[in-house]
Amino acid sequence: MAVPPWIVIAVAALATWKIGGRRVGLLTLFGLLFLWNLRLWQATVETLVLVILATAAALVIGIPVGIWFALSRRAWRIFSPVLDMMQTLPSFVYLIPALPFFGLGAVSACFATIVFSVPPVIRLTALGIRNVPAELVEASDAFGGSSAQKLFKVQLPLALPTIMAGVNQTMMLALSMVVIAAMIGAGGLGRVVWQSIQRLEAGAGFEAGIGIVILAVILDRATQALAARARPHGTA
Amino acid sequence: MGRITLQGIGKIFGHDPARAMDLMAQGKSKAEIAALCGAVVGLRDVAVEVPEGEILVLMGLSGSGKSTLLRCMNRLVEPSCGRIVVDGTDVTALSRRDLLAFRQKMFGMVFQHFALLPNRTILGNVGFGLEIKKVPAAQARERAMRAIELVGLKGWEAKYPNELSGGMQQRAGLARALAADAEILLMDEAFSALDPLIRRDMQAELRELQKTLKKTIVFVSHDLDEAIALGGRIVLMKDGEVVQAGRPEEIVAAPATEYVARFVAHIDRVAVLRAGQVADGTAPVLSPTQTAAEARAVLAGRGGEAWLVAGPDDRFAGRLPAVRLAAARPDETLASLLDRDPGTVEAGAGLAGLLGRVAAEGVLAVVDTEGRLVGSLTSRDVVLALSARPGAGGSVPGGHEAAISSEPAGAERWTGQSPNSPSTRSATRASIGSPTMAAG
Repeated sequence: MAVPPWIVIAVAALATWKIGGRRVGLLTLFGLLFLWNLRLWQATVETLVLVILATAAALVIGIPVGIWFALSRRAWRIFSPVLDMMQTLPSFVYLIPALPFFGLGAVSACFATIVFSVPPVIRLTALGIRNVPAELVEASDAFGGSSAQKLFKVQLPLALPTIMAGVNQTMMLALSMVVIAAMIGAGGLGRVVWQSIQRLEAGAGFEAGIGIVILAVILDRATQALAARARPHGTA
Repeated sequence: MGRITLQGIGKIFGHDPARAMDLMAQGKSKAEIAALCGAVVGLRDVAVEVPEGEILVLMGLSGSGKSTLLRCMNRLVEPSCGRIVVDGTDVTALSRRDLLAFRQKMFGMVFQHFALLPNRTILGNVGFGLEIKKVPAAQARERAMRAIELVGLKGWEAKYPNELSGGMQQRAGLARALAADAEILLMDEAFSALDPLIRRDMQAELRELQKTLKKTIVFVSHDLDEAIALGGRIVLMKDGEVVQAGRPEEIVAAPATEYVARFVAHIDRVAVLRAGQVADGTAPVLSPTQTAAEARAVLAGRGGEAWLVAGPDDRFAGRLPAVRLAAARPDETLASLLDRDPGTVEAGAGLAGLLGRVAAEGVLAVVDTEGRLVGSLTSRDVVLALSARPGAGGSVPGGHEAAISSEPAGAERWTGQSPNSPSTRSATRASIGSPTMAAG
């Protein structure tokens, strides 16, 4: 690790403080310091990187698809069952198709994680855009707004809180999947858990488990704070 | 700029518009068409003309097609048939791209529930139309601020919509439509969501603004009182068709159908009727050259406080009090007996402002703008006019109607008096194929 842990921790704490206020900032500071203290720093960073990469990829795919589903009733009708299926399949089933393509390792893990975590952001993006009041959409049309202007000036800004809720859910799903993906060679906290199961080391497994919880809470609070900021003025 | 002409507009909602159009052409009713092919007739052969600079109120109950018609004007709703011409541009023929540009240039719209973006400040909302037009930011800001000042929201531009009351939000909605400098304002039940007091203020203010702005305004409302308060012409719709069109006083005085009659039944007639409509044109009129004896012979057996005297070509000469006529020598001419106070009222004057004078002076002479006598106005005439309920048998006495319709220019003169200006004069004539006004 090129960057010393304390710098990473300080930056993360400051960033979350800025986004979500003092409580989230302090939570991040002490949570990460605790993980460092448990000698789980390396694993934590690996997990975090996997989660962030997978989430970013899921958003890059999911938000445009969500917009498409929102604007095309037909697309929504056809692909909605696919989303249902993606969400109901047991999570480790996704590990199977990933293996023959990418082999054991982080790439397969990332791929499975993306597939598993993309439905919420698609769904909530579509929902958010559809729920923009018809009168507001009509206002854009009435003033001669093009489809793009309507999307970027009215629909997306108003759907943003809902989309951010989708981002939050996607990130949580990504975290849970990254842990399971340890079975096909993903590193990180998941691997520590997986190894301790195989070696019957209850203590080590417990430590890593707590680490995952801390990471989950930090990510959840931070993204929820982002979602709250996206809400229009005065609507709590 | 801003003249709108709609010709033969029809709108079918449903799967099989072509079939429904055929049925419509065969003259089938809305219910029959719905039964035969399941399509709903939204609008049917509507022809409306909105002269530039005038307020037109589209009125009707919900489902009458008034909002659909409004949205046809800027093609937010695509009409199934018919032609829309705005300032010589055939809107129905515009490509999508040209249509957007045309909307940006010509139309501002105000919505029932304000339709302000909750994530933008009032300034951001008012500047929305300009942003769409890609007006440079600094200029857009300046124009938005001007519109904000115009509607009296100065000092609130940095607030968010949810920090404002309903009335203020709708002011912002109006400012947004004004900022874009469109020729035509489409107002869809714009004041319906406001409470009654605020609504009345806004109506008055819109009227006031209109005096200087001279926009073409199409206002959708289900409230006849509102339509009257706005002071424009009214198009009454039912089941997607125009039932009657005309000035409020014309509609109230002579409802074309039972439906219209019911619509206007509870209206405050004093606020709508004008002196010329109420005046009694059958009352005897004396000539100034007659002598007292001749006058007494003409009036034998008739009672009254005063008589009206008019010279040749109906030019009003003056009022002759009954007591003075009784006291006069038989050979005196009437010209020398007339009241000093002429006691005249213009035919276009609203009845509401005359009640006091009628009560105090007994008889008023209603004259047109050229000083010709239209008829006499007594408290009896006022009571008769106010008691008249359409369909209640008596309605407005035939003589009064005759007094109006025998003067074909009458309608035009009233418009001249109306608050929205001289430009409406020729317009009223050229407007909508006015369904029979003389139905009384």
